[in-house]
Amino acid sequence: MTVAVEATDLGSAIDALDARYPGFKDRLLDANGELRQFVNVYLNDEDVRLGPGLRAKVSDKDEISIVPAVAGG
Amino acid sequence: MAKLLGLKCRECGAEYELQATHVCEMCFGPLDVVYDHAALKKVVTRERIEHGPASMWRYRDLLPIEDSTPVVTLGEGFTPLVKAERLGAELGLRNLYLKNDSMNPTNSFKDRVVSVAISWARAHGFETIACASTGNLANAVAAYSARAGLECFVFIPVDLEPAKVVSISVFDPNVVAVRGNYDEVNRLCSQLLESTPWAFCNINIRPFYAEGSKTLTFETIEQLGWKLPDEIIIPIASGCQFVRHRQAIREAMDYGLVRGDRVPALTGAQALGCAPVYNAFKSDTPERVLPVKPNTIARSIAIGNPSDGIYVNRIVLETGGVVEAVTEDEIVAGMRLLARTEGIFTETAGGVTIGVLAKLARAGRWKGDEVVVAYVTGHGLKTADVLASVDGHARRVEIDPTMKSFREKVTI
Repeated sequence: MTVAVEATDLGSAIDALDARYPGFKDRLLDANGELRQFVNVYLNDEDVRLGPGLRAKVSDKDEISIVPAVAGG
Repeated sequence: MAKLLGLKCRECGAEYELQATHVCEMCFGPLDVVYDHAALKKVVTRERIEHGPASMWRYRDLLPIEDSTPVVTLGEGFTPLVKAERLGAELGLRNLYLKNDSMNPTNSFKDRVVSVAISWARAHGFETIACASTGNLANAVAAYSARAGLECFVFIPVDLEPAKVVSISVFDPNVVAVRGNYDEVNRLCSQLLESTPWAFCNINIRPFYAEGSKTLTFETIEQLGWKLPDEIIIPIASGCQFVRHRQAIREAMDYGLVRGDRVPALTGAQALGCAPVYNAFKSDTPERVLPVKPNTIARSIAIGNPSDGIYVNRIVLETGGVVEAVTEDEIVAGMRLLARTEGIFTETAGGVTIGVLAKLARAGRWKGDEVVVAYVTGHGLKTADVLASVDGHARRVEIDPTMKSFREKVTI
């Protein structure tokens, strides 16, 4: 499912998503405002946890993918 | 007897019907199969298991396949548990055992989980089996799909070891070689879930697939004479099997298959070149596993983002185990050590396991009488290219077919 939002960094992109779909932020972020362990967020195919995380800057052409953690094999 | 009750989230406890789904809708946590323990307690006994087939299916009661379901099997499991006298002597361990899972139909422990997964998938109407793999899983999936006569798509990193590619391709699956590392392959596959009616062994049917790993530990316990060892060394890729081994111990105790209540220490092994669980274990926050970009010859366990990582550390801390990691040189040394002392040829992931065993032994972890079991999860031929590039022929000599040449060249 693809959704377009207005934002300058990942954190505010999630806020914008939450404004459109109330409760969504809680599914992604824990009580400390950090990404939940079982959610992977990719900014243009790069795992944001390998970089600046929620502070990652985003612009017009960027694509954010939210994917549940999978594993093994 | 319908022994499966449903699926349950390991994190928040939310419950779901039995279906091809692996993620909790509430918190994204992993889902586990729920069995009817009360019913099974009346049925599961040592005698019943001992009268079962000489394969992992002797533990059928504790696997998520109903009695009436025909299984897809090549006689997997019930692999040798051997006492390692020579390796033990070298490491100061008088009761060291090796569970040799390289002795499975496609030469890795993955045959266990795939046999379960494909049996479940076929029984639930799936016609195509798929997986994302570092090699061993794809090998098993290709073979068992052929065995079952089902269509097959395996997704692997494009630069997988040649031996693995050959042993996957021979079964004639569709091979999708992805220009990326395993985590990227896996991510692509999870996106494909929405648009394909396929059973992805390690993704949408993961809760059923995972259960197969328990049989490794059930067998170890049975082969030790229905006894629990003191410690088990287990390699960590996603952490999936590690978690299932803890569950197997719990079930063996609950069902009275073992007496006594001392849970073995479960110790994890990683390569320093891909050690997200080890890094977390060594930090102040073992429950925060941060992803890494893998860089190791231990390709089978090169998963930079292990979804079961935090559970591994919880279990390690609960059972008094540790997580240790080894260098690339120590991996190869581990492979050679095992081969030289016990006649067993394991792949790089096995070199990690033995390397960690050796590292811990030399650091004085054990007094010497402890019953320690190391799980050898894959065969050396899968990663033979690693040894080909190192001087593996130090004791090789070439001669003419004459006594003269022999006397000149060979030292006895």
